[in-house]
Amino acid sequence: MSPSFATETAAALEGPAWLRAEREDAARRFAAAALPTAALEEWRYSRIDALDLDRFSPPTPGVAGGAGAAPAEVDALLTALGPTAAVIETRDGRLAALRVTDPAVTVEDLSAAGAARCELGAIAGEPDAFAALNRAFAPAPLRVRVSEGSSPAPIVVVHRLEGTRAALFPRILVEAASGSVASVLEVVAGGGSSLVVPVTELDVADAASLGYVHVQLLDEDAWQVGLQASRVGRDARLTSAAVAIGGDYARLRTDSALVAPGGESRLIAVYFAAGAQMHDFRTVQGHLAPRTRSDLLYKGAVANGARSVYSGLIRVEKGARGTNAFQANRNLVLHEGAHADSVPNLEIEENDVRCSHASAVGPIAEDQLFYLESRGVPTDVASRLIALGFLDEVIEHLPLPRLAALLRAALAAKLERAEALEAGGAAPGEGA
Amino acid sequence: MSELVIEGLRASVSGKEILRGIDLVVRSGEVHAVMGPNGSGKSTLSHVLLGRPGYVVTGGRVTLDGVDLLELPTWRRAQAGLFLGMQYPIEVPGVSLEDALGESLRARGRDASAVRDLVREEAARVGFDERFLARPLNVDLSGGERKRNETVQLGVLRPRFAVLDEIDSGLDVDALRAVARRVEAATTEIDLGVLAITHYTRLLGVLRADRTHVLSRGRIVVSGGPELAGELERTGYAGWAEEETATGDGARAGGGPAGGGSLAEPLP
Repeated sequence: MSPSFATETAAALEGPAWLRAEREDAARRFAAAALPTAALEEWRYSRIDALDLDRFSPPTPGVAGGAGAAPAEVDALLTALGPTAAVIETRDGRLAALRVTDPAVTVEDLSAAGAARCELGAIAGEPDAFAALNRAFAPAPLRVRVSEGSSPAPIVVVHRLEGTRAALFPRILVEAASGSVASVLEVVAGGGSSLVVPVTELDVADAASLGYVHVQLLDEDAWQVGLQASRVGRDARLTSAAVAIGGDYARLRTDSALVAPGGESRLIAVYFAAGAQMHDFRTVQGHLAPRTRSDLLYKGAVANGARSVYSGLIRVEKGARGTNAFQANRNLVLHEGAHADSVPNLEIEENDVRCSHASAVGPIAEDQLFYLESRGVPTDVASRLIALGFLDEVIEHLPLPRLAALLRAALAAKLERAEALEAGGAAPGEGA
Repeated sequence: MSELVIEGLRASVSGKEILRGIDLVVRSGEVHAVMGPNGSGKSTLSHVLLGRPGYVVTGGRVTLDGVDLLELPTWRRAQAGLFLGMQYPIEVPGVSLEDALGESLRARGRDASAVRDLVREEAARVGFDERFLARPLNVDLSGGERKRNETVQLGVLRPRFAVLDEIDSGLDVDALRAVARRVEAATTEIDLGVLAITHYTRLLGVLRADRTHVLSRGRIVVSGGPELAGELERTGYAGWAEEETATGDGARAGGGPAGGGSLAEPLP
């Protein structure tokens, strides 16, 4: 294993004794585990085989990150969001700025001296070596708590990342206590030529309602191998959305577990890969209790020589009677050199359930194009309208609707660049 | 005064010839009704005029004031002044009426900022509920609402010629009257020429046809004045379909105008 990710390096990171001990254990687990390969079903079609972990190293302990990338889009998103209950900014995985304006929200840096122990990883587990790597090297895991029965304004977490070939490990645990109604925006931006391995855990307690939006605005050379996991309690509700725009190879695994009766999760995502980008999504809708419901809609577009992967599993465990589980993945292939893979899966151990899955990959529908053209809309404009309209089905259902206009504009601008690139005929070669 | 001229138009779908030599001239302000039994090629004619994918022109010409439409992509035919009111308007998820019409006006060099007001004005004229204006094009609209929507678009775009493919199907009496009145008004307001494809004469009660043509097996087998529509309602198409079969070979060989005065004579 790479010397950069040696157990001693992890153990040297600052924090209370319990965190340091846990990091060391995780580093040992990582050292003992093999990195995944594309031969594994969960990594099929991915670019994992092109990753050379030795090319990256964690930021030097004790050295603060740089100024941090601050793309204008991030500030615009924050402005659009309006009033917030808390704004948390990290730079290269370390807490850089914190503003909490509502006592219902508590934010803790678990690497601070005296930070109380909490169960990191209880929700996410360690589905692969990257989760262990994050556990070992996350310099400052953050814990965000929303108090019982409260309904604060949105909570914002911005990870500003930079660095050349740095390995960056943001980590956050969000706990929405019972009966609370909360929303969280998490933005991952910048990244340079780094590898970003973020882990987010969402704990939605009984009768709580959490809306979560993950916006990925990474630089075009950055890699992401992300994990987002949630646990949804009795009669609780989670709406989790992912918006993927940047990155060279950007993967996000989303595991949602409905652990008590009456829990509901709605999982949505919109992604748009162009140039030589690849967006890679894996989802698990886990039903572990009776009368639970999950509803997933992932929609994406690929342009130029870009690729996307969606692979999703609905898993209904024995005893999860009365489960309703739906999964739909639809992909728009805008150019001949682009490609999308869609792999839905069902694993059902119970009889009394209602499950469905649908998947589609195809170009812009000819009849829709004809309809708009017959109104006098030029072909290229009509294609653009249809593509953005296709993605809009997800944008219009974001749990933080104030973000919609900006995200629409970002997708439109990206589409324009993709069309210009296609017209120029000079798609950049694929790189890792 | 504009002129839409269709000469010897032949077209096939999936290798099967559907239009077998259509000749028709529509001038500004005129309303031509095209009637005929199912499968006679009425809808194919409308799709071929706008260049719908899957419809292959195998012969003939279509010009609008001398401009060869068949050489143009669909959107340029529309920009040249042709409008298609579809029998089954297509759902375009996520695309609003205003965005689509705004882009069309922009491409025409017209002021796209006026589109919102224009749409509201036209919606009021045909009783298209304002609530529907915010919906994506044709999504979750009933058949009748879709036809009102098509008529709104016609009103905003102000084409020179409108091909209306069964604009009257799926409409209740009130909607039919509203749509027909709007189209009729356009024939004087903007001197619109209309090619109205229909099964029923009820549309023609409000939208008065200057000429009526009967299409059978891909050819116009008879043309007449407005009275022909009423006659067809009483007698049906059966007689004309037989006539077409009897004279079919000759007409195909000649490739010239089919139907016309001589075939209309058997009518009282």
